[in-house]
Amino acid sequence: MKLFELAETLEATFICGENRENVGFDKVGASDLMSDILSALSEDGILLTGLATVQVVNTAVIAGVRAIVFVRNKKPNPGVIEMAREHEMPMLTTPYSMFVSCGRLYATGLTGLNGAR
Amino acid sequence: MPALKKCFHIKGRDFIHAGKASISVQNMLKQLNVAPSLIRRIAVCGYEGEMNAVMHGGDAVFSVEINTDRIVLEISDEGPGIADIDKAKEKGFSTAADEFREMGFGAGMGLPNMENNSDQMIIESEPGKGTVVRMFFETCETSGSQDG
Repeated sequence: MKLFELAETLEATFICGENRENVGFDKVGASDLMSDILSALSEDGILLTGLATVQVVNTAVIAGVRAIVFVRNKKPNPGVIEMAREHEMPMLTTPYSMFVSCGRLYATGLTGLNGAR
Repeated sequence: MPALKKCFHIKGRDFIHAGKASISVQNMLKQLNVAPSLIRRIAVCGYEGEMNAVMHGGDAVFSVEINTDRIVLEISDEGPGIADIDKAKEKGFSTAADEFREMGFGAGMGLPNMENNSDQMIIESEPGKGTVVRMFFETCETSGSQDG
């Protein structure tokens, strides 16, 4: 799946990184616990979270994820958005809850970070 | 390749800048063409250690030493120390305050993640005297290879 397709699936809008809408991925991790993302094989996956702090951007960069999606219309503050821009980390926000966002993405055939379905 | 060493100073409770040292090390290792899977392991260990120091340890020194055959990360803090190191390494054990949990940390996964992602981890600590965490990474098995 590509980021622009994810945006369509989740009715999400880009907060930053629109120029990377053609980046592809095939796995997704959903967590508000950053150590869960760091302990998983998150590289080249997408991070879904309800947490909109600076630590989410750092975690995404360290773990090598391709984009961050905030659920429930969450949006980080301008400083965090600027940091994501510096790291070329796309960020999107969706009106759906974590549960519904995961369900919509799962229905398209995407897997969890370890490849499980 | 001669040993290359770089140190970063970490300020306790400075959550805005927490992570910068690990991301700098990550970028440094990319420039040195270290294997991506090894870079990821080192970055994860560094970041978890950095967050531990910022949350619990007060001011700290974060250093990386890069040798041909191994890379060593050391995080030395001036915090309260750890009374029971084996207990602190158990999954799920945490003394973190709620404010840290709200940032997505403090769930007792930091030290287990660091131990899992390093080839060897040594913790020296004593209550009232701070903590030194050293993590060792062998470079020979993955150096120059593609990410797995």
